[in-house]
Amino acid sequence: MNEIKRKKSLAPGVTLLEIEAPLIADKARPGNFLILRVNEKGERIPLTIADYDRQAGTITIIFQEVGYTTKLLGSLNEGESLMDVAGPLGSHLEIKGYEKVVCVGGGSGVALLYPEVKAFSRQDSEVITITGARTRNLVILEEELRELSERLYVCTDDGTLGHEGFVTDVLQDILNEEQDIDLVVAIGPVVMMQAVAEMTEKKRIKTIVSLNSLMVDGTGMCGGCRVTVDGEVKFTCIDGPSFDAHKVDFDELSNRLSYYRDYEEMLADEDYKAGDSDE
Amino acid sequence: MNKKPEKTPMREQDITERIKNFSEVPLGYSEQEAHREAERCLQCSHKPCESGCPVEVPIPDFIAALRDGNYEKAARAMLKKNYLPAICGRVCPQAEQCEARCVLGKQHEPVAIGRLERFLGDWIMEQEEDFRESPLNPEKNKDTAFRAAVVGSGPAGLTCAAELAAFGCRVTIFEAFHEAGGVLKYGIPEFRLPGEVVSREVEAIAGQGVEIKTNCIIGKTLTIDELFDQDFDTVFIGSGAGLPRFLNIPGENLAGVYTANEFLTRINLMKAFKFPEYKTPVRLGNRVAVVGGGNVAMDAARSAKRLDTEKVYLIYRRTEEYMPARREEIEHAREEGIEFMVLNSPRRIIGKEGQVRAVECIEMELGEEDDSGRPRPVPKPGSEWTLEIDNVIVAIGQTPNPLLAQNTPDLKTEEWGGIKVDDRLETTRSGVFAGGDAVTGTATVIQAMGAGKKAAQSMIEYMKNS
Repeated sequence: MNEIKRKKSLAPGVTLLEIEAPLIADKARPGNFLILRVNEKGERIPLTIADYDRQAGTITIIFQEVGYTTKLLGSLNEGESLMDVAGPLGSHLEIKGYEKVVCVGGGSGVALLYPEVKAFSRQDSEVITITGARTRNLVILEEELRELSERLYVCTDDGTLGHEGFVTDVLQDILNEEQDIDLVVAIGPVVMMQAVAEMTEKKRIKTIVSLNSLMVDGTGMCGGCRVTVDGEVKFTCIDGPSFDAHKVDFDELSNRLSYYRDYEEMLADEDYKAGDSDE
Repeated sequence: MNKKPEKTPMREQDITERIKNFSEVPLGYSEQEAHREAERCLQCSHKPCESGCPVEVPIPDFIAALRDGNYEKAARAMLKKNYLPAICGRVCPQAEQCEARCVLGKQHEPVAIGRLERFLGDWIMEQEEDFRESPLNPEKNKDTAFRAAVVGSGPAGLTCAAELAAFGCRVTIFEAFHEAGGVLKYGIPEFRLPGEVVSREVEAIAGQGVEIKTNCIIGKTLTIDELFDQDFDTVFIGSGAGLPRFLNIPGENLAGVYTANEFLTRINLMKAFKFPEYKTPVRLGNRVAVVGGGNVAMDAARSAKRLDTEKVYLIYRRTEEYMPARREEIEHAREEGIEFMVLNSPRRIIGKEGQVRAVECIEMELGEEDDSGRPRPVPKPGSEWTLEIDNVIVAIGQTPNPLLAQNTPDLKTEEWGGIKVDDRLETTRSGVFAGGDAVTGTATVIQAMGAGKKAAQSMIEYMKNS
């Protein structure tokens, strides 16, 4: 169960794993996520299902090694297994009926954006992709996204690659020049998603954000992932993870996300390989 | 006969020590203590205690066998009716059930039935031999070729599965989490019910030929329709009450406000109290307010106390006598220094930079009786006051998790979310039965077990007739 069938490095620190999980593969749809636990002492983390192959009975995840668990996950090899994988969870994303879509990703959100770009591109939507990173070395999935997108704009804060500046600069230009955009999808840091939402709201362009709220069970039980959308409390795990960007209370989301940051940093400093001794 | 007026006391972990650890508080009876307590039983022929038990444990019989030192006989008597004695002995509200009807209790303290059940349950777990036999089908392990699916591995699901297995049915339990046990695992803390005890009783049920599939969320990973497609003849839903209730007051989404579900799941299932060895943390400041008066509230408050906090407050809108928690838990909470703020209700949670800083409460007084038979708490105008705190844990109950019903056509629910069943516990969908908190909303472990048992009997009838 949960055996890693294929491992591929997509960029330094960005890894793709194809995992045997026939029941999940059978039900998965774009926008769904899964919860996994690497080993007995591991935390449960949610990850977007990047791809699925019903015939082969596998699902694919793509992640940037940013914290303890993603680093540990990235250290696993083909033939090794994850202790637990559960899903598919969350509501699926409606991808049909959009002719022109702009997909905006920032930081490690680019890895999460990739499956959505793929889903829209498979629907024959015209996809414009904008990705942002601090610097050239952190730019990920450039080739993959270029292949799936009609146009790809890469932005770096320091100008070492592509446009110097933020993804929102490029988005603003596109919004100003192109009037036929049906949908904007944004995944990344809260400030980025919030800035995108403010821009597109002025233009009245439907915008979807995919939230990475903290969660434990992923089935609506813990309520840790609650978020206010259009004045109502929603659970990211059940009602999301995709929401109408113009209705999300981003300030609240940002507060709730930051609550465990010290712990994440504490763990990130820990040697993830030390945790393997008990296996 | 000269009976000792008081229960044989059970040794407990010292208070100053126990608030620093998550180990079990009551330490259990020795053989001598169990014997002494068993001798207090009057062996009444009309057995009022039994009628107070939702699963009809043969109480005087098992106590008599314990008294005579015949543990095997006691075990067989117990396991005919109760598959989870080590769990029930620890968490059942005996004071309101069996012990409330004990004849001895009219003049003295009742027999400590719960403590004796725990003693026996722990003894059974130590034995190699399997004392389980079926009341329904004496030919053990006879395979009827019937197949049943059980959704959820909490007390209702486990009991239903065990009952069906004893009948000779092939049973598969589907559990959404990575470990079996349901609320026994994610909800009830180690110091009250060690995870090891749950695991061992779950293993005993698995040993009866029950298959347990974890990480399988019925309604998501598989649907009820697919279970029937996989040739299950009948399905039991024991998916519990997993949806947290909120206070619906301003500030409830500030960082630092937990539902009891989240707080306890981090600690119990994910072992946050062993962070960073276990990788799931739980963050608490120095001052924590728990809102509620049930067992879950006590569990949350006592857990918070053990996590290096300075002050743990319990805010409850009625008085202590109306708290739904077991008396023992209320006493333990008090002993451990939980500060009770009764006759108070939170009005709003006040934050600073997005995090909890204080809670504004309003004082309450008791009014006329409400639907629950308890006096309705009425706010005293102008009595608002503020308590400075770093966290709020909301423990005011749960409703059934809607995930399954939402994804299952023809499965009707009540307006508040409970799955609709008839008096045989069959749902609006033929062949699908349900019981426990998924039907009743938050109740007790033993009530869920009673429902699991009853549903199993209906399921057996259903399979025989179809």
